[in-house]
Amino acid sequence: MSVYPDDRRYSRSHEWIRVDGDVGTIGISDHAQKELGEVVFVDMPELGEIFDAGQEFGTIESVKAVSELFLPVAGEIIELNGVLADEPGAVNEDPHGDGWLVKIKLSSDAEMDSLLSAADYEKFVEEEAKA
Amino acid sequence: MSDHGTLTSPEPLVRADSRLDRRRRFGSLFDAPHPGRVGVLFPPLDVPEADPAALYGKQHRPVVEGEVEASEVDVVRHFTRLSQMNFAIDTALYSLGSCTMKHNPRLNEEIARLPGFNDTHPYAPEHLAQGNLELLFRLEEALKVLTGFARVTLQPSAGANGELTGALMIRAAHVKAGNARKHVLVPDSAHGTNPATAHFAGYSVVELGSSRRGTVDLSELEAKLTEDVAALMITVPNTLGVFEDRILDVAKLVHGKGAYLYLDGANFNAFVGKVRPADMGVDVMHMNLHKTFSTPHGGGGPGAGPVGVGASLVPFLPVPTVERAGGGFRLDYDRPDSIGKMRAFYGNFGVLVRALTYILSYGSSIPEVAENAVLNANYLRKRLAPFYDLKYDAPSYHEIVFSDHRQAAMGVHNIDIAKRLMDFGFHPPTMSFPLIVPGALMIEPTETEGKDELDAFADAMIAIARECETSPGIVTSAPHTTPVGRLDEAGAAREASRPGNFAPVLRAPVR
Amino acid sequence: MRYIPNSPAERDSLLAAVGAASIDDLFATVPRAVYRTEPPGLPPPASEIEVRRDLGRIAAKNAHLGDWTSFLGAGLYSHHSPAFVSQLLLRGEFLTSYTPYQAEVAQGTLTAIWEFQTHIALLTGMDVANASMYEGASAFVEAVLMAERLTKRKTKVVVSAGVHPEYRRCLRTYLANFPFTIVEVPLGEDGTTDATALAAAADDATFAVCVQSPNVFGVVEGWRAVSGAAHAHDALAIGVVNEMFSLAVLEPPGAAGVDIACGEAASFGLAPSFGGPLVGFLACRDAGKRQIPGRLAGRTADAEGRPGFCLTLSTREQHIRRERATSNICTNQGLFALAATMTLSVLGKKGLRETAVQCLSKAEYLKASVKALPGPFSVAFAGKTFNEFTLRCGVPVDEVLRRAEARKVLAGVPYARLEPAAKAYRDLLLVAVTERTPRSGLDAFLDTLRSF
Repeated sequence: MSVYPDDRRYSRSHEWIRVDGDVGTIGISDHAQKELGEVVFVDMPELGEIFDAGQEFGTIESVKAVSELFLPVAGEIIELNGVLADEPGAVNEDPHGDGWLVKIKLSSDAEMDSLLSAADYEKFVEEEAKA
Repeated sequence: MSDHGTLTSPEPLVRADSRLDRRRRFGSLFDAPHPGRVGVLFPPLDVPEADPAALYGKQHRPVVEGEVEASEVDVVRHFTRLSQMNFAIDTALYSLGSCTMKHNPRLNEEIARLPGFNDTHPYAPEHLAQGNLELLFRLEEALKVLTGFARVTLQPSAGANGELTGALMIRAAHVKAGNARKHVLVPDSAHGTNPATAHFAGYSVVELGSSRRGTVDLSELEAKLTEDVAALMITVPNTLGVFEDRILDVAKLVHGKGAYLYLDGANFNAFVGKVRPADMGVDVMHMNLHKTFSTPHGGGGPGAGPVGVGASLVPFLPVPTVERAGGGFRLDYDRPDSIGKMRAFYGNFGVLVRALTYILSYGSSIPEVAENAVLNANYLRKRLAPFYDLKYDAPSYHEIVFSDHRQAAMGVHNIDIAKRLMDFGFHPPTMSFPLIVPGALMIEPTETEGKDELDAFADAMIAIARECETSPGIVTSAPHTTPVGRLDEAGAAREASRPGNFAPVLRAPVR
Repeated sequence: MRYIPNSPAERDSLLAAVGAASIDDLFATVPRAVYRTEPPGLPPPASEIEVRRDLGRIAAKNAHLGDWTSFLGAGLYSHHSPAFVSQLLLRGEFLTSYTPYQAEVAQGTLTAIWEFQTHIALLTGMDVANASMYEGASAFVEAVLMAERLTKRKTKVVVSAGVHPEYRRCLRTYLANFPFTIVEVPLGEDGTTDATALAAAADDATFAVCVQSPNVFGVVEGWRAVSGAAHAHDALAIGVVNEMFSLAVLEPPGAAGVDIACGEAASFGLAPSFGGPLVGFLACRDAGKRQIPGRLAGRTADAEGRPGFCLTLSTREQHIRRERATSNICTNQGLFALAATMTLSVLGKKGLRETAVQCLSKAEYLKASVKALPGPFSVAFAGKTFNEFTLRCGVPVDEVLRRAEARKVLAGVPYARLEPAAKAYRDLLLVAVTERTPRSGLDAFLDTLRSF
């Protein structure tokens, strides 16, 4: 059984998106948080900001590294995970649950098809490791 | 009856309670305020005393709240104790690749502190500062001899500042020629400052992949060299310690497209006195006086980053330059194409004095610096290659880049090896760089190490390599014998990042 | 050579160990066309005895401030440096240590940096200060760039003409390749920045409004005018200080709405050294801390709970962000930030105030005496001052300097020296005093003026 929940889709830049109606919740995968190390800060976008699919919407930092965050699907930012300002480590502890980053109102769900299923993402991660 | 002559094992020594051991005081002067203590006596005021409150009214500040109150004794003890917690090149070899941590001669300190240099104001009339102007002139002349350049500006405050100066001059030259151009080419092995600098000069960065030997890939260079390229920024030897042996071809290609060849002089210690950068076709180069020319690192500065230029870039030099005038010297501000100024006054003058002192001490024998730097690095390479992985096997110059590849198989990474090296009394090598070697251990001994120190360092590294096999836990939990253990850097970053939170993480709390 | 330990025999054994027949073998990959076999055109190696003679002779050609009475200021002030400072700085563990990237072996450096950050934050009334900058002018430039990053999408910076001309020149140099406009606001008759002009110059395209206090003419500015003008348009207020002792008796920028404070801290125990090395500073409110350039020391602990310090928020810096870095700055002024920290520690609350009162008193005495003199001199501006003021000369400034020189007095900095190309202010002389200037020196200055 995959360690990656199959109620959502994954991007090749290691974000996930779980859709409920026209609201999407976005976070980074367990693989991503392991690569990053202990998260110390998440640089969030503003509420109401609109991004295209694949556009950078923020950054996530560990002590020695910064990673850009790319929105898997186009949309408008409608909620930020308030926990992370005080507890950025939630991203490490529960990347697929309480460590979510933002919620968006989807502009369209066309891009969902180009994202990976849980099984495909797991394979993708394995292949990346070999490279 | 006594036990004379009988060997008994002594009672185990009892360590003092660490709270009472005066050597184990940590923290800052702000942690322990002593209200009422004073540290300075002033001469009696020899004019009527002014009243700041009356003069400034609402703008008056009666006291700087929260400031220290201490006697000279408290302050001298505090800073002496702090010094004892630092490693320094005065104590042992620093193998930091690309930093050229060489011995800092004490003559340099003495000369820089001569009142005739140290206690002079930059706005003193020029005829009363002829000695200072002469020093600047002579240093420029000496650096011209060593580099082959037409002129050298001594103004930049540090290497990175010199790099920016060079980039701004390149851009000014292109603008004057009618086309500012768009990109700067930077090898993927470059130090992070190079792309940051290019961006500041208004250029975008195009990365060049390196060849298998870590040198510039000529066919890739040719492909990416368009008329939109303003310059190629390279480091020689490159950050893997490999000499760019096709440098003349590189220069030809770059000049063929009307671009400039910029040399990052961080590794000048590998060839100073044996190769002149201008002869290699370099148009502009910054030097690091605190690396190649022995000025002290001082815990993070000051440095100086003089920039040498070929004739085509001379008009764009920052002002003022130092020129001969009559029997002496003068400052020249009348340079209409100058990029302007990089800082107030003329440069880190005290650092420049130290550098000239160093150059005079070596004189024409200065090639011995590079010769011994390269010899020492190759000796360490020979001793350590059986134990540590060498990703690129081209001949090394003044530094060698190993990786933690073998040790990683046992769960030990370069950072652990670095921390364990502290328990042997050595400062760790450079690790986070170059990016193209994962788990890098970049080692540069410099020429100021004797065979005994090199062997001691190699012995320590080999002992650690063995520990990685037999008891890796000792390495991954190192250091064990430093004043503090591994610090919670993630915690500091989290505390410092938190909105609204800045004390005590970034300064003492306001009392 | 005395700095290269290995004897010839040891060098030979190293060569044998690496399998090279000669040193030249190690340079085999250098193209022959550029490999030099002749020594460079420098004189033979010099002994300490010879270098002392040679450079000592050059140093003797300079007028130094131990020998002369100096009224030179204009951004760099010669205050008392406590005796122990230069001696502790010579300790090898301070002088010859590296940047504190490996915190466990650099707690001395890191503790001192954190203390420096604290001193600067206290003096300026700000939340956060960095580990120091190269010097005041480049610190000012970095403050302006920081303001731009914090406000985004704005293009104009408003700068008072009271900001030191060299600082303004640097700003134009560094900003040359950015799409920004620099607008300068003139000074009013009393020597302060014209408040109406300042407010008028700021608009919705402005990202920063910058004022220096005391300004280049020594006149004390009000911080509220600059923060008011800036905030009216969602811009940031930048306060420049290059005589930090002024903050011992004057309201700090942080108490008056200024967002970023920057400038020169060399007043704290540094010798003037012909203009460098110095120690710049940069301080801001908490809201700006992620955009502040340069290094930051952070307080933390190890696994056993021992307090300690490490460099922090490193992800702002160029070795990680590369082209997206906040700046390309690698270095701070380590050793000289340490000197300033040592000086501030021993001065303390009382010493800071007493230094400032001495400076102010001597300057006020000089000003009052000038005002009482008949003859061609007057105090140029009516505004309040601290330890520096501007003399208007009804005779050529060069002649004033010449007559003062005969008394071994360096009478001040002609404004023309700061802006060689400017036509204005050719008759102005900037005069600064510190606690080091004795009454006899003040009177020698006045005697010079009386001779006209």
